[in-house]
Amino acid sequence: MMKLQIDHLTKRYCLQRENRDVLALADVSFSVEDGEFMAIVGPSGCGKTSMLNIVAGLLPYEEGNVLIDGKRIFGPGIDRAVVFQHASLLPWRTIAGNVRYGMELQKRFDQAAMKERTDYFIKLVGLTGFERHYPSELSGGMQQRVNLARALAADPVVLLMDEPFAALDAQTREFMQAELLKIWTKAKKTVVFITHQINEAIYLADRVVVMSARPGRVKDVFRVPFDRPRNLSLKREPRFLELEDSVWKLIEEESERLGMVAAV
Amino acid sequence: MKTETTLAQPHIKAETPVRPRESLYQRYEASILGGTAVLIIVAIWQAVWSYTDWISPLFFSGPSAIAKAFWSSLTGGNLLADLAFSGKNFTIGFGLALVSGVVLGVIIGWYRRIRMVLDPFLNALYAAPRIAMMPLIIIWFGIGMWSKVFIVFLSAFFPILVNTAAGIRNMDRDLLRAARAFCASDWQIFKTLAIPGSVPFILTGVRQGVAVGLIGVVVGEMLGSSEGIGFMVAYGGQTFQTDTLFVGFVIIAFAGILLTSVAERLERRFSRWRPER
Repeated sequence: MMKLQIDHLTKRYCLQRENRDVLALADVSFSVEDGEFMAIVGPSGCGKTSMLNIVAGLLPYEEGNVLIDGKRIFGPGIDRAVVFQHASLLPWRTIAGNVRYGMELQKRFDQAAMKERTDYFIKLVGLTGFERHYPSELSGGMQQRVNLARALAADPVVLLMDEPFAALDAQTREFMQAELLKIWTKAKKTVVFITHQINEAIYLADRVVVMSARPGRVKDVFRVPFDRPRNLSLKREPRFLELEDSVWKLIEEESERLGMVAAV
Repeated sequence: MKTETTLAQPHIKAETPVRPRESLYQRYEASILGGTAVLIIVAIWQAVWSYTDWISPLFFSGPSAIAKAFWSSLTGGNLLADLAFSGKNFTIGFGLALVSGVVLGVIIGWYRRIRMVLDPFLNALYAAPRIAMMPLIIIWFGIGMWSKVFIVFLSAFFPILVNTAAGIRNMDRDLLRAARAFCASDWQIFKTLAIPGSVPFILTGVRQGVAVGLIGVVVGEMLGSSEGIGFMVAYGGQTFQTDTLFVGFVIIAFAGILLTSVAERLERRFSRWRPER
């Protein structure tokens, strides 16, 4: 069953200074099944963040269709929640207050339910005991956990993640990836996860969309053949590295093509 | 000087509750050094005043003479009445400035077009020394309390207004994006992002407003009044009662230190969660 469908999506930006249009996304089509973890990987400038913003409803689109459960999306909705690259937590609210924030804005749950969900998701991301702390008292990894808990607590149909671990150090990043898989197994959400790290995409996802740069097109969509649950040690296995390597080649081709375009 | 040392201290993190053992001296080093320095200077001043004739009582005064003048104006003079008069003027004027400055600042910060229309006037008035309007204000309000209330209001209003507007306007882009993604309405964004986010800015405005409001009340009373601490200083000067003049000056200095440190304390308290960047 298709949860999210992206159908011939094209996005142009108007560069007013140079008085011309720039094509950010060209005819992008793919779909995500219910409960599926979909990673989107591509070089910087491939329009993956534009695409996520469109799906989140933060960026208008004119050509093509974005459908959730078969319905076209217009603007933000309670069926989606975003985990941002920057934790984007309200510095004057405690951790509990921040986890509540998304639910408060969406007004879907009553006070008791909000309280219950806040506690549940703080526990799920492993931050019990930090409810009354302020974001500035937390490390970057912990702040991203709050960011994730806030999105999950809002009970979205589709969870959108915009390079959520990009700002973390390598070690924290690995642990957060493993943690995310655990949480995802429990929360059973459809996830669209954007990253520029190939091994992150392969490790996390059921399927991976590889995008090309300028304009962003779907270069390839493939299924990750590894069983779950996955351990972090999977990343060191030859079959994993082989797959990573083949995706690298795809993206390398892209950069070369771009390099030549730039030379002309 | 005080501002810098206190602001430079890092925010205390919850992860580091174990405070390294420090001696009583280490904990109060700033107060001890500063206090000792003040005592030494006052002692030297007093010694020079008592045992030499380097200081002419017409041009300057000494600690003991100031203390004596303070005591006699407290018991026999009008000091308490003057203090009450100045205090009342400052409180009413500052209160009005606080309420209207915050309200108008929020409106100007939130509505871009209103800001565009009002900006030139506000910038001119914010930059101009409002105290220069005192003669005009006396023409409007007379030399009673209301001209003083008004100059305090006028002095404190603009810093509060400008800082509040800046606080509303400088909304964090990332937070705005997050709120929008969760379907926030404009009203919810105003309530949950703009207002709480501008609190540290408002308090900065309050601190600046206190400082200029104090100047307002003193200079206002100097220029046209028959009461108040400012009048006391001006009168002391005109009648060559240098000791009395100094009493007024010391009181003003203390009021300044007291009010500014209260404002600073508030500012620090509310900026506990302010992002450190």
